[in-house]
Amino acid sequence: MKFAIALYSPAHAPSSRRALLFAQAVLAARHEIVRLFFYQDGVHSASANVVTAQDELDIPAQWRDFVNTHRLDGVVCIAAALRRGVLNEQEAERYSRPSANLSAPWDLSGLGQLHDAVQAADRLICFGGP
Amino acid sequence: MPHSLLIISRQPPWSGPNAREALDIALAGGAFDLPLGMLFLDDGVLQLLPLQSAAQLQQKDLTANLQALSMFGVEDLFACHTSLVERGMSPNELSVEPIQVLRDHEIAELIDRYDQVITI
Repeated sequence: MKFAIALYSPAHAPSSRRALLFAQAVLAARHEIVRLFFYQDGVHSASANVVTAQDELDIPAQWRDFVNTHRLDGVVCIAAALRRGVLNEQEAERYSRPSANLSAPWDLSGLGQLHDAVQAADRLICFGGP
Repeated sequence: MPHSLLIISRQPPWSGPNAREALDIALAGGAFDLPLGMLFLDDGVLQLLPLQSAAQLQQKDLTANLQALSMFGVEDLFACHTSLVERGMSPNELSVEPIQVLRDHEIAELIDRYDQVITI
């Protein structure tokens, strides 16, 4: 089965950890993830600038490794990301900001990518939100 | 057949970007001519109050964007009757039209009709 997974909550929220565990379980069961889409506060999990204490779970690093290992399509909503200070090199330059904190494996793109994933997937599973 | 998507907006208009970010999903999907519906539930119905003074909170008014939904191809708009009544709102005086006001059992049927659901 093809899954699209959307994450709305920040890295420190329990639902962020559940999303990662779910995504891992999807692949372990030999299903497919057509796209990960980070929206709202979920964009913080794609930031390269999150520093986690050594004895705590580093969710952004785990997401990064997971996406890299499985060569997944990891999309971060550009409007939500800009609003929250998550920028790649191109956007940092465009808006004259001093630094970028988003790089591979993540892509900044629009909400059309969420709709595209909804169309491509058999199931959309969302984590976070109210 | 494209997958249909119901966006459930449950957050009030002026407590952060939630209401706008739910609306943005609908507007983006409308541009692709996808079968979309939007349901205002719980505090989300507060977005439908007429005569809001967003400028006093130094915010941009969402009402014009909500009213533009039908122009963007999102014509299936719904509001929860129970949520409206709980907040002292009249189903006949909403800022967005046309909108279908649904009873609880109709909301269950509505969610069932859509292929996918996003709740914000």
